[in-house]
Amino acid sequence: MNISVRNAEKFEFTPENLEWAQGQFAKYPDNRRQSAVMPLLTRAQEQNNGWVSVPVMEYIADMLDMPYIRVMEVATFYTMYNLKPVGKHVIEVCTTTPCWLRGSDDVVAACKAELGIGFGETTEDGEFTLLEVECAGACVNAPVIAYRKEYYEDLDGDSTRNFIKAIKSGKVPVSGPQNGRHNSAALGGPTTLKEFCNAAGGQD
Amino acid sequence: MLADKDRIFTNLYGYQSFGLKAAKARGDWDGTKAILEKGADWIVNEMKASGLRGRGGAGFPTGLKWSFMPKESDGRPQYLVVNADEGEPGTCKDREIIRHDPHKLIEGCLVAGFAMRACAAYIYIRGEFVQEADVLETAISEAYADGLIGDDACGTGYKFDVYVHRGAGAYICGEETALIESLEGKKGQPRMKPPFPANVGLYGCPTTVNNVESIAVAPTILRRGGAWFAGIGRENNTGTKLFCISGHVNNPCNVEEEMGIPLRELIETHAGGVRGGWDNLLAVIPGGSSVHLLPKKICDAVCMDYDSLKAEGSGLGTAAVIVMDKSTDIVRAIARLSAFYHHESCGQCTPCREGTGWMSRVMQRLVTGEAEMAEIDMLLDVTKKVEGHTICALGDAAAWPIQGLLRHFRPEVERRIMDYKSRNAA
Repeated sequence: MNISVRNAEKFEFTPENLEWAQGQFAKYPDNRRQSAVMPLLTRAQEQNNGWVSVPVMEYIADMLDMPYIRVMEVATFYTMYNLKPVGKHVIEVCTTTPCWLRGSDDVVAACKAELGIGFGETTEDGEFTLLEVECAGACVNAPVIAYRKEYYEDLDGDSTRNFIKAIKSGKVPVSGPQNGRHNSAALGGPTTLKEFCNAAGGQD
Repeated sequence: MLADKDRIFTNLYGYQSFGLKAAKARGDWDGTKAILEKGADWIVNEMKASGLRGRGGAGFPTGLKWSFMPKESDGRPQYLVVNADEGEPGTCKDREIIRHDPHKLIEGCLVAGFAMRACAAYIYIRGEFVQEADVLETAISEAYADGLIGDDACGTGYKFDVYVHRGAGAYICGEETALIESLEGKKGQPRMKPPFPANVGLYGCPTTVNNVESIAVAPTILRRGGAWFAGIGRENNTGTKLFCISGHVNNPCNVEEEMGIPLRELIETHAGGVRGGWDNLLAVIPGGSSVHLLPKKICDAVCMDYDSLKAEGSGLGTAAVIVMDKSTDIVRAIARLSAFYHHESCGQCTPCREGTGWMSRVMQRLVTGEAEMAEIDMLLDVTKKVEGHTICALGDAAAWPIQGLLRHFRPEVERRIMDYKSRNAA
């Protein structure tokens, strides 16, 4: 395990996040505040430029009246907590078997070529971090990249390069399938439920 | 092919809004109050009559599971926990329910929670599903605002809350007791059973953990009757099921079909067939990564239900169909799964913590053939020593894909070892 203690300055929630945290406590019984440790760590990571430092863990522990080590256990157990600084743009590529069968090797190669870094590395300018992740849970839309709370699906080498070029030029690429299909319906249109394809029938 | 009128998830593909008004137009929240007024026993009996078996992989009868919850409270609250920690490689059905049909899940939480006398439902959703969790939170807010859940759910006087809890990346939290530990704010390490969650679960209180799909189909079953659901499929394998067809097919997709549909029909009707035609098929993993793969000769005739797949030494699992054509490096495909299980082992039990790493390392060498023949049997022996010797089923899940590979593709593994040896001798 490699926990970075850099950025050791004090951490505390912004007033908005503090108010949000109070709302989280309401979800759990009064004496079970510890249940909120994961959502709080997630929110703290977002505020702390994408990673969880030791001061972050200590702050959350104090807030929940937990021993520091218990928060560290949680922070080190779950893979979505980054324990060292990451780039501004974190690109997570799934390479598990269903994605691999559909060509995730090409997606990985495109990422590495465009960014000039390998898995677990950050570009020197601090812009990009490239991570390999286990099954993202969007296997019929494989291969998949997760970026900024969204999935980018049905990728190949070309669409991956376009995706990264778009980010480099300051754009937020359009998420979802990159090959023109609609969500998880078959390419070319669903084989079932055709009468429900009419969006007008289901507007709020 | 299943008729559209018998499909439950009519907004599976998200052509329509997930919102409350559209959900009601699709039939959700219709007569929920009348269902609750029939009573908890009626609901449980109807679920038993439907024959619904858990859709998360284990296939335990859902109605029976609900009946295990205490009928008289000893003062402790009771909880329903919904397992939305979807992460079994190949599986992506719960995501579609949550982002396109969340009201089916929320209504299901209410009827299931009512049937097991729960005060609240916690929906534990994997952390990567950020948009999906946002959709679910929005749908829950709509349901509160409309009086469907909350202090007086559907005007019945029954108080019921629904909460979303986001995970943070751990496959093991799909195991029900690990999920409970995680929900309590700890590392997601499975608990010993007994005691079972129905007696000592979340916060030490009686708890039932169900898969998203199992809960989301419940309202439709109760509206249309257990007999309707039981009339689809065959005995002990009833109802409709969401299938996720991935890998080497022309059109990967999710689809709701009748339980027991022939595998070949499923792939050819909905996924555009195997890439290069049926004869180009090498193997299929029929139920998510944890089950034994099936070579083509079994795929030719096998039906997609619990008992048919069990009879072939595999399983329906989550009904995630991973298709591999003849271009596939089958050893590497399974080796990648071994690496997955090594990565996801929680580290609590020695056979799994050490065994998954050991199996993964040997599998990596079998990909290139850099191994001794005797190691094949040694690997098989190790899988048997992991299987059944751990607190939870992750050890089994890591062992089975390898056993399946060696059962059906041992000659390929041996060929690679011989090739490697002859290459290096020369």
